[in-house]
Amino acid sequence: MTRTLVVIGHGMVGHRLVEDLRARDEADAWRVEILAEESRPAYDRVALSSYLDGKSAEALGLAGPGFLDDPMVRLRLDCGAASIDRVSRTVTATDGTELSYDALVLATGSRPFVPPVPGHDLDGCHVYRTLDDLDGIREAAVEGAPGVVIGGGLLGLEAANALRLLGMRPHVVEMAPRLMPLQVDGGGGRVLAGLVGELGLALHCGTATDSIVAGPDGRVAEVRLGDGNTVETNLVVFSAGVRPRDELAEPAGLARADRGGVLVDDRCRTSDERIWAVGECAAVEGRCYGLVAPGYGMAEVVVRQLLDLGGEAFPGADMSTKLKLLGVDVAAFGDAHGATEGALEVVYANNAAGTYAKLVLSDDARLLLGGVLVGDASAYATLRPLVGRELPAPPERLLLPAGTGLGAGALPADAIVCSCNNVSKEDITGAITGAALSDVAGVKACTKAGTSCGSCVPMLKTLLGECGVAASHALCEHFGQSRSELFEIIRVTGIATFSELIGRHGRGLGCDLCKPVVASILASLGRGHILDGEQAGLQDTNDRFLANMQRNGTYSVVPRVPGGEITPDKLIVLGEVARDFELYTKITGGQRIDLFGARVEQLPLIWRRLVDAGFESGHAYGKALRTVKSCVGTDWCRYGVQDSVAMAIRLELRYRGLRAPHKLKSGVSGCARECAEARSKDFGVIATERGWNLYVGGNGGFTPRHAELLAADLDDDGLIRLIDRFLMFYVRTADRLQRTAAWIESLDGGLEHVRDVVVEDSLGIAAELETAMEQHVDGYADEWAGVLADPAKLSRFVSFVNAPDAPDPTISFVAERGQPRPGPVTLPMPSIRAARPDSEEVPA
Amino acid sequence: MTTWLPICPWTALAPAYGVPALLAAEPVAVFRTHDDELYAVGNVDPFCGAGVMSRGIVGDRGGEPTVASPMLKQVFSLRTGECLDDPAARLPTFQVRRHDEMVEIAVP
Ligand SMILES: Cc1cc2nc3c(=O)[nH]c(=O)nc-3n(C[C@H](O)[C@H](O)[C@H](O)COP(=O)(O)OP(=O)(O)OC[C@H]3O[C@@H](n4cnc5c(N)ncnc54)[C@H](O)[C@@H]3O)c2cc1C
Ligand code: SF4
Ligand code: FES
Repeated sequence: MTRTLVVIGHGMVGHRLVEDLRARDEADAWRVEILAEESRPAYDRVALSSYLDGKSAEALGLAGPGFLDDPMVRLRLDCGAASIDRVSRTVTATDGTELSYDALVLATGSRPFVPPVPGHDLDGCHVYRTLDDLDGIREAAVEGAPGVVIGGGLLGLEAANALRLLGMRPHVVEMAPRLMPLQVDGGGGRVLAGLVGELGLALHCGTATDSIVAGPDGRVAEVRLGDGNTVETNLVVFSAGVRPRDELAEPAGLARADRGGVLVDDRCRTSDERIWAVGECAAVEGRCYGLVAPGYGMAEVVVRQLLDLGGEAFPGADMSTKLKLLGVDVAAFGDAHGATEGALEVVYANNAAGTYAKLVLSDDARLLLGGVLVGDASAYATLRPLVGRELPAPPERLLLPAGTGLGAGALPADAIVCSCNNVSKEDITGAITGAALSDVAGVKACTKAGTSCGSCVPMLKTLLGECGVAASHALCEHFGQSRSELFEIIRVTGIATFSELIGRHGRGLGCDLCKPVVASILASLGRGHILDGEQAGLQDTNDRFLANMQRNGTYSVVPRVPGGEITPDKLIVLGEVARDFELYTKITGGQRIDLFGARVEQLPLIWRRLVDAGFESGHAYGKALRTVKSCVGTDWCRYGVQDSVAMAIRLELRYRGLRAPHKLKSGVSGCARECAEARSKDFGVIATERGWNLYVGGNGGFTPRHAELLAADLDDDGLIRLIDRFLMFYVRTADRLQRTAAWIESLDGGLEHVRDVVVEDSLGIAAELETAMEQHVDGYADEWAGVLADPAKLSRFVSFVNAPDAPDPTISFVAERGQPRPGPVTLPMPSIRAARPDSEEVPA
Repeated sequence: MTTWLPICPWTALAPAYGVPALLAAEPVAVFRTHDDELYAVGNVDPFCGAGVMSRGIVGDRGGEPTVASPMLKQVFSLRTGECLDDPAARLPTFQVRRHDEMVEIAVP
C-alpha cells in the first residue's frame, strides 16, 4: 500500500529528505507531496552569495531532472502550507488545496530576524535569505554608493561582500565589540577586522542601530547609529540572526521549544508521532541548528524511520564553519571559545602576514577540542576532523602555515573529512581504491563528499594523492602519457599514424579516449585529411561523418558563416536545402544556421549543394574553432570604434579548421558595450579607442567564467600575433577535453604564466608557436570539399553497406511548430522480420 | 544448415572500423579489428535506441576487443555483446566470416 508523505518546505533539508527517501524507497512505499512557498525548487542556499557573483539560479538548483520528473513526487511551487489539522491528518495550502497525509515533515527553515528598530520596514530595507531577496538587493544597489549591513556575523560579512560585488561601499554595524562574535575570539577578531578593513568595508563595532530614517520620497535615506554616527544610504540589509519558522506548530497544537523552533525528540519527532520536523525549523531536544549539515543528519534520521530501516538517534552536530570573504579565510571549529573545563589555548598570531590561529586543547594538552583560524584557514581541513582526538603532532607543528604542517596521513581512518555529508576518511580512501577513482569529481560522485560547501575539497585532493592516484596523467589504459606529452612525442618524432604511435609508445589497441585525442593531435599538426586511411577509424562519430550526431542518430549540418555575415543568396540556398531535405532549422547562439535531421546517406548530397553554393565546413562537429561572433561594429553601429565585423571574419578564416583539445569559440565587439559577448568566449576581442583588448579563458562550460584581459590596446597585427601564440600554446599543452578556462587555471601561475609565455615570450617559444600557426593557416583545406572529391571517403556515407538506400528503421520524425523533430525511438528487438521495411516509420 | 548472407567486399571494411548492414529488417554492425578478426553485433544502441553502433570507435579494454557507442560512450565487448559499463545491457551477436573476398553473416 502506498502511503502519502507531505513535506512542508522545499529548502535544502526538505529536498535532501525527499531525495534520500526516493533513493532508498525501492518498493515505492511512499508518495511524496511537497509544498514550497518559494517560486523555485530547492537551491543551494549555502552558496547563495555566488548568485551575485555571476552564478545562475539554475546552477544553484539542487533538484535534477530525475527528481522533478519522478512520478512519485509532486512539488507545488508558490504554494505554502497555511494550516495543519492533526485530527483529520490534512494540510491546507495557501491556494486552498487540502492534502491528506500519513506522515508529515516540517522543513520550513528559518526567517531572518529583523530587529524592531524604528524604520526597519521602510522601502530600501532588505533581508538576505532567498534568491528573491538577492534579486531585490541587486535591483536596489547603486554602484559607488554606500550600503549598510546590520549584523557582523558570518552572514553579515557575506552580505557585505555581496554589496561590494555589486559595486557598493559596504558599512557593517555590529553590536558586539568584534566581528563574528559567535565564532571568533578577541585576538582573531582584531586580525579579521584588519583584513576586512583592507577590503574597503567600513566597520562600526560595539554600537547598535538607533533608527533608520526616511528621505522625502519615503525610502531609506540614512542609518543612525548608537555612537552618534550616521551613514547616508538607500540600502539596508538586515543580517542579525535567524528565527525558526515554527508558526504552523502552535495552532496545530504542537509543542515549541522555549527559544522557538518546533520541539522534537532525538529522532526528530514532534509531540505528534506522525509529524516530524527537520532542518533549521526544528529544535532537537530544545536546540536549533543553523547549518545545513545537521539538517541533513536530521533528514537521514527521519528517512530511516519512514522506511523502517532501524533508527539511530540524531547524534548532535559539528558546528564548525568556514568563511571565505574574497581571500580572507575565517574558520572556527569544535570548542572554539575554550568553554571546556580546564581547556588550554595555543595561539600563533602573525600580524605582519595577517594570520591568527588558535588551538583549544584539553587540560592535559593531549586532545584537540577546537580552534579558530583567521587569514589562512588551510589547516582547517586537517584540523576539523581531529576534534576530540589525540593530537598527532606537537601543537606548534599543527599551526604552521599550509604545506609545512600536517598531511592527511595524520588523520585517523574514521575522522570525518566532509562534515556536510558526514563522510569519513576511510569512506573516501575506500572508494578511491575500491572504485579506482582518479579525480575529485569521481570522489564527489561516489561519496557525496565535497558536494556541499566545498571546504573539504583540498583534503579530497590530498587523499587522492595518498592513495597514489593524483600523480597519474595517463590518458587511458593504453597510454601512460598525458595529452601534451603525446603531442610533443608526435611533433618531435613525426609519427603520422595511430598504430605506429601505440606500437612504439603505448600498449593494446586503443579506445574511444585515446584514439580521438591522437586524431586531434595529428590534425593540429596537419598530418593529412582527417578521414585519410587509418585516421578515419580514430575519429569520434562527429568527425567521422563531418557532422554533429544528434539524439536519434541523425546529424546536423552547420556551414561556416564567418563572423555571422551572410549574403541573401546564401541564406536562400540554406533555406532551399533545408526545405528539400526536410531539415529542422535553427539559428545557433554563435550566429550560425544549424540544419538538423540529416541521415548519414544524405550528408554528401546536402554538402554537394552547399559547397557548390560557396559554403564550407563550419567544424561544428569538431573539437576545433567553431565560431567568431561579431557585433555590427563601425559599419553600422553609431557607437562602434573599430570594425568588429572585418576583424571577426579575419580571425575566423585564420583559425578555421584548427583542431584543439576542446571546441573553441570567439567573439569580437566593436566597443566596450560588448554586444558580441566576447568575454564569454575562449578568446574575446573588444575594441578600444586605441585598438583591441584581448581577453582569454572565458566560457568554462559547466562553470561559466568571464575571459580575463591578456593584453590591451593592440593593433591588428599585434592582436593576431598574440592570438596565434595563445591558441598554439593551448593546443600543445592542454589536457584532453580541457577548455581554455580550466587549462589556464591548471597552469602554475595561471593567467600570469600565460601572459609571460604569450606576451613576454619567457620560454622563448613565441616564434615557434607563430610558425606552427602559419603552417596551419597555409595548410587549411575545406574538409567537406575533400570528402566530395574522394569516392573512397564518400562510400562510407551509407545507411547500410549492403543496402545503401534503405532507410534506417530506428529513425522517425514527428512535426512540432511546423518543423520535424526526432520521433520516439522504439527499440527494435533482436528478431528477424521477413521483409525489408519500405516505410520510413519505426516499426511499432 | 547455416545460410550465409554476403554483406560487402572484404576490402570495403577497413581495419579497426565498422560498417552497418541490414539483415532482413535487422540492423547489424560489422567490425574488422586490427588483426583482421571479424565481429558482428546489433547496430542499435540499447541505451538510446538509435542505430549507431557501427559508427563507434573500435579498441580494447584489458585485451577484450570492444566498440564504444558514439552516443553516450558505453563500451561493449565485440565478442559477447556484453556492455562492460553496465552488465544489464547487451547487444545481440551474429556469426560473421570472410569467404571468397566477401564478408558474410549467418542468417539464423
Ligand atoms: C546567505 C546564506 C549563507 C549560508 N551559509 C551557510 C554555510 O556556509 N554553511 C551552512 O551550513 N549553512 C549556511 N547557511 C544556512 C543554510 O542555508 C541553512 O541551514 C539550510 O538552508 C537549512 O535548510 P532548511 O531546509 O531547514 O531551510 P531552508 O533552506 O531555508 O528551506 C526552508 C524552505 O521552506 C519554505 N517554507 C517556509 N514556510 C513554509 C510554508 N508554510 N509552506 C511552504 N514552504 C515553506 C521556505 O520558503 C524555504 O524555501 C547559509 C544561509 C544563508 C541564507
Ligand atoms: S559592441 Fe559597440 S560597436 Fe558593437 S554593436 Fe554594440 S554598441 Fe555597437
Ligand atoms: S565539508 Fe562541506 S562539502 Fe565537504
